[in-house]
Amino acid sequence: MMHLIDRRLNGRNKSAVNRERFIRRYKEHIRGAVKDMIADRSIKDMVQGGQVKVPAKDISEPRFRHGQGGDWEMVHPGNKEFVTGDRIPRPSGGSGGGGSEPGTGESVDDFAFSLSREEFLDIFFEDLELPNLMRTTLAEAEQKKLVRAGYVKEGTPSNLSVPRTMKTALARRIALGKPLEDELEALFAQLVVARREGRAHQDLEGRIAELEGRLKRLPFLDDVDLRYRHRVAVPAPTARAVMFCLMDVSASMDERKKDLAKRFYTLLYLFLTRKYERVDLVFIRHTDEAEEVDEDTFFYDRRSGGTVVLSALELMKTICQARYPVSEWNIYAAQASDGDAFGADAGKSARFLEDELLPLTRYFAYIEVPEEDGARRSSLWVEYEEVEEARDNFAMRRVAHPSEIYPVFRDLFSRETA
Amino acid sequence: MPTLPHGPEWDFELIERYDAAIAETAAQFGLDTYPNQIEIIGSEQMLDAYASAGLPLGYPHWSYGKAFIANEQAYRKGYQGLAYEIVINSDPCIAYLMEENTMTMQALVIAHASYGHNSFFKSNYLFRQFTQADAILDYLVFARRYIMDCEERHGVAAVEELIDSCHALQEYGVDRYKRPAPLSARAQEARRSERAEVERQLYNDLWRTIPKTPQDSATPEQRGFPGEPEENILYFVEKHSPRLAPWQREVVRIVRKLSQYFYPQVQTKVMNEGWATFWHYTLLNRMYDEKKVDDAFMLEFLHSHTNVVTQRGFDQQGYHGINPYALGFAMMSDIRRICENPTAEDREWFPEFAGGDWLKVLDFAMRNFKDESFIAQYLSPKLIRDFRLFAISDKSSEPELEVDSIHDERGYRRVRRTLADQYKRENRLPDIQVARYERDGDRSLTLRHNLFRGRPLHETETDEVMRHLGRLWGFEVRVETVDSDGKVHSTRDWRP
Repeated sequence: MMHLIDRRLNGRNKSAVNRERFIRRYKEHIRGAVKDMIADRSIKDMVQGGQVKVPAKDISEPRFRHGQGGDWEMVHPGNKEFVTGDRIPRPSGGSGGGGSEPGTGESVDDFAFSLSREEFLDIFFEDLELPNLMRTTLAEAEQKKLVRAGYVKEGTPSNLSVPRTMKTALARRIALGKPLEDELEALFAQLVVARREGRAHQDLEGRIAELEGRLKRLPFLDDVDLRYRHRVAVPAPTARAVMFCLMDVSASMDERKKDLAKRFYTLLYLFLTRKYERVDLVFIRHTDEAEEVDEDTFFYDRRSGGTVVLSALELMKTICQARYPVSEWNIYAAQASDGDAFGADAGKSARFLEDELLPLTRYFAYIEVPEEDGARRSSLWVEYEEVEEARDNFAMRRVAHPSEIYPVFRDLFSRETA
Repeated sequence: MPTLPHGPEWDFELIERYDAAIAETAAQFGLDTYPNQIEIIGSEQMLDAYASAGLPLGYPHWSYGKAFIANEQAYRKGYQGLAYEIVINSDPCIAYLMEENTMTMQALVIAHASYGHNSFFKSNYLFRQFTQADAILDYLVFARRYIMDCEERHGVAAVEELIDSCHALQEYGVDRYKRPAPLSARAQEARRSERAEVERQLYNDLWRTIPKTPQDSATPEQRGFPGEPEENILYFVEKHSPRLAPWQREVVRIVRKLSQYFYPQVQTKVMNEGWATFWHYTLLNRMYDEKKVDDAFMLEFLHSHTNVVTQRGFDQQGYHGINPYALGFAMMSDIRRICENPTAEDREWFPEFAGGDWLKVLDFAMRNFKDESFIAQYLSPKLIRDFRLFAISDKSSEPELEVDSIHDERGYRRVRRTLADQYKRENRLPDIQVARYERDGDRSLTLRHNLFRGRPLHETETDEVMRHLGRLWGFEVRVETVDSDGKVHSTRDWRP
């Protein structure tokens, strides 16, 4: 009379839809929390989920209930010393029923909960889109990929599919041989009867011999049986991207500025890894000369010196030509600097960028991290402004405070509405 | 019969053997149950079930997501264990067992849920009157499908808003005296589509062109509508709201029906848990006496059992009021004691059953009472002493609290009465009813809050609820607080 059912395998995460609705409803709060997290976090922790707090007031579900006041009686267990008529001061934190009415104790705690890494990133990158993605449409993709597309009757011997050929041959032999066999069987039966009755049976034997001959002549393999594996070439979208991180590490770039730049790169990297199957990173730092370094050195090693922006741009071009042909890679670059370029360097860099680098890259973002007072525009900024006007795959912004990183990032990569 | 094996591991065959043994023992005591269906689930699924108030097929809503997140947090951080079981009042009676439980715990849960709660659901008068165990699963399926259908047709946001508003009033969606008509999901669905079809057929654009005759001035009967106050606010909204579309009425109805379904559970918390706890305790002890389970099993069982029935004193850490498991279990056991070993005091207090057949007395109590009346009837002086219960009175006119009565000769009846009142619905929920609907006037709706012992409504939250009611009603709504002389004390209103 008892049914025992194992439900462990089905229906897990039934509340997922409810959880998702909750998150959608409180998106504004959660967005705010995500913004704060980014401002506080170090780069290493950036990709984890995190705690989100929503004010309890905002998510309460109101009900008709009693407020404080009025007359109440309440029974409690565990009396030790009280006798009837004792007077007790009201417990602190409530008057007029505060201590005795269930549900009056007003909790002002925030409703806190964790976002998973996925949820965090989803909100993080919500509405962001890679710029100029149109160019990666299938039609333009230059790479082709061969994929299996069934079998064909003609092909090169190297593509011959033996099992499939054998199958076809067997089918053909059965299809052609079966009627002959049936007829033979019938003739044999007639032959037996004719022999028993002593009738003439030469014509029968003649027919039988003819049929057996035909059966024997059915070829084991025929030209029509041959089957070849077929492959067609389909255009493969380039799912690879390379991201160049260019950073000025000259003396004027202090720890604060570097930190801002690092955060921006982290965001960009996270973003790209979600969009592309494979993302290569190239770190180029420069003082008066540029060098390619690994990630650790890039972020944590200190070095100082003069500033020649052009050197980094030139190095980037060299690396592109050597390792990342435009036909196979989506090239992105982010440059961070305080913009302190000397003499002709700013102008030369801007020209080089416009003429040599921008045609290669999908998108080039320039982040300027100014001094904290930050009113003065740098020489590089002035030169780059012209480039921005001329080119639509170049963007520049100024970031003075960690909390501005995310808005700027969103701004740079916001979905094009056009 | 050899003792049944136990330990941290369990398998399906073993659960079946335990169930058979428990069923056999339960039959000795004559427990009357629905057929059992036991489902094994993981901890995550248990959290899911939690979030939707134990209903496996609830409609989607963000508030369940909130509950899920809150429970999950508490569970992951170890603040709170999971309930060992969830049981659903349906026929067959569905009990969920967690896969993480040990065999001993599974046996305890089977005895507790599949025999204890199950028999309570089948026999208690409130459940018999207010719920249809054979129809609830069908109805849940219907409700879920209907609401998801509405979401598709009218948008998730519109449906969510509507359900928010209904939830704010769900405690006022219960008929306490009328017995609701039996529901069958199929019949409901058929009726709904029939309604829609008739409407479609009768539709004629000509009606629009008929010149409107001026309405007659309201007759005296019409002026005071409804004739009697209506305490089921959601029912009134569903039937009379001037603004709701037919599908919205149906959603209001669904929330109301589910609220009605939970009504008996809220009213019988102490009894229901007490009854189930008493029976798992009694059944497993009987099995131990019959040498079906061994000492180690009993020790593990008793460890869990005592955790469940612990009652902390008011001044101890972790005190959250009276533990319904502790009180219920103590009262059920006490009734058995009064029948088997009555003292002179018991004979004076309970002459009608002291020394009687405990099975019959308990069965009668289980069938015919709810928490309030059960405590008023059966709480004995011995238990009041054991729990050291005392009543505190808190009057807003007094600067201090006063100890009203304690566990002594003078106080027994008063403590018992006060405790019983505590489980009354009126004590927990403000008494609010629909008083007036200006059907022929400005269509405003007036609720009346009958002030009871000077207890006011919570101000900000009442305003919130009124906003929700206003959304359902579409015209002005107000709530009047009326004192016992019928004088209007204060009014809060909301205008669209």
